[in-house]
Amino acid sequence: MAEEKRLMKGNEAIGEAALRAGCKAYFGYPITPQSELTAYMAKGMIDRKRTFIQAESETSAINMVYGAAATGARAMTSSSSPGVSLKQEGMSYACGADLPLVIVNMQRSGPGLGGISPSQGDYFQSTRGGGHGDYYHIVLAPKSVQEAADLTYEAFDLAEKWRMPVMVLGDGMIGQMMEGVTFKPDRDLASLPKMEWAVGNQYKTHREIHHVTSLNLDPASFEKDINKRYERYEEIKKSEIRYEEVNLDKAELIFVAYGTSSRTCLGALEAAKAQGIEIGLFRPITLWPFPYARLAELAKKGKRFLTVEMSKGQMVEDVRLAVNGAVPVDFYGRCGGVVPSEEEILAEAKRLLGRK
Amino acid sequence: MELIYGHPKSLKPIQSKYCPGCGHGVIHRLICEVIDEMGLQERSIITNPVGCSIWADLYFDFDSVQPPHGRTPAAATGVKRMLPDHLVVCYQGDGDLAAIGTAEIIHAANRGEHFTTIFVNNAIYGMTGGQMAPTTLVGQKAATAPYGRDPGESGMGYPIKVCELLSELGGTKYLARGAVNNAANVRKTKQYIKKAFEAQMRGEGFTMVEILSQCPTNWSLKPGESVEWLEQNMIPFYPLGEIKNTLEAAK
Repeated sequence: MAEEKRLMKGNEAIGEAALRAGCKAYFGYPITPQSELTAYMAKGMIDRKRTFIQAESETSAINMVYGAAATGARAMTSSSSPGVSLKQEGMSYACGADLPLVIVNMQRSGPGLGGISPSQGDYFQSTRGGGHGDYYHIVLAPKSVQEAADLTYEAFDLAEKWRMPVMVLGDGMIGQMMEGVTFKPDRDLASLPKMEWAVGNQYKTHREIHHVTSLNLDPASFEKDINKRYERYEEIKKSEIRYEEVNLDKAELIFVAYGTSSRTCLGALEAAKAQGIEIGLFRPITLWPFPYARLAELAKKGKRFLTVEMSKGQMVEDVRLAVNGAVPVDFYGRCGGVVPSEEEILAEAKRLLGRK
Repeated sequence: MELIYGHPKSLKPIQSKYCPGCGHGVIHRLICEVIDEMGLQERSIITNPVGCSIWADLYFDFDSVQPPHGRTPAAATGVKRMLPDHLVVCYQGDGDLAAIGTAEIIHAANRGEHFTTIFVNNAIYGMTGGQMAPTTLVGQKAATAPYGRDPGESGMGYPIKVCELLSELGGTKYLARGAVNNAANVRKTKQYIKKAFEAQMRGEGFTMVEILSQCPTNWSLKPGESVEWLEQNMIPFYPLGEIKNTLEAAK
């Protein structure tokens, strides 16, 4: 498929991007507010004679991805918060077995069954491993339908490059809203490096046998494995950190926000400008690895921060770690599925700046 | 000179960690003999369970994938869908298949996934030390059923006949139950495995061979006593034979 511009829902745009990225196997389970993605993949994959299975559970879906990814195929699953909690067992295993896969979380409000409205309450779960054991994986946070499509397309490459799951972390708003989106042409899979570690096709090369496993019962050897993985994490931190900066130079205060809340912050920033108040926006695009160093640099310049999230305050802990007490870091958030308005964010910024 | 009996090529020539009298070693060997006879060593992938046979990847001389406890049929689904011309063996014990992985096995079987499940039923949890399994017989003692499995007041439920349970599902084409307690049963079990593997490679549907197997250590019996216990207690409850055979060849 060639480059193409369309008006689409975020969930469907992610599906289209995954198809164009060469996703060979999709396994999912319906859950609001991401169900359109599973349905889009059902048709898209069947039409292209690729593998689609509506699994019996989110747990099974991630394990089907695990099996498909073990063969070196581009494989993907998607869900929303409660379903992603169920997938965390499989995520821990995939990280332990160094398997590339793509997982999409269109967050809804929690804890528990919670609600179906947009939320950013899964930041901790997404950026701190989420399952058991010592591990991380890349987390990409789109702010728009366009970026959701672009990051999904790229997530497959990143997963293979670093041999780890990559999560696209959106929310119900990104999934449900419609925007114009330009899709990249189909990924040329033949140009990509071969998955030399994968299982299958041994008869073609008569290579040594391959085991895809996270098991190692020898503590000393297992520690070495984990340390090696952490060396890879350090490489990722050097090359994959992404963020967007808006109006930082003149800013008296900098919003720190990702995804949907960064869009609202941008509106508040523009409204402030019209009132003669200069506010900046720092938007992490990779939530892991997190741009600690850049925030520390901005703190050294004396910039103060207001972190805005659709949660009780999760990313704000990373902002405070980055700043390490150098400047004030305030927080404004709404939870339970409430999306903060530009007006209330601007009001909070003005209150902090002592402006009327 | 013609070699009429030797160590299977697909099985590594090393001593196993399994206890004396354990059935896993014989079952591993049967799988490898059939794979060798079919010439599929470099085209075979095993998905391991969690339990004693988590060691399987030490012994099978072909590729392996290790998923979480009970999720093996889901992972085998992913593997086989991507590599339909490979032999995928989904090896599971009774805890893995009939307790924690009940949803996965039922739905993989019902979809008619083209892999073969080798279901080792020794009526006990081996690796964790002799706890009650879903297939533990009524009255049989276990670490978590110290007075014997009691479906009555203690509410421990009844042993699950997996072949019979799955036989109602449209996706299942071949379900057989063998045993490894004596030479005759071992030979018959090998025939079941071969039929299942051949059906898998023809893409007929879901195939499974349940194998009744000894666990002398956790049954607190000597190896010799354990094969007799299996004969006297397990076979009467879990009848041997082809429980369901709707393969093309059988029609």
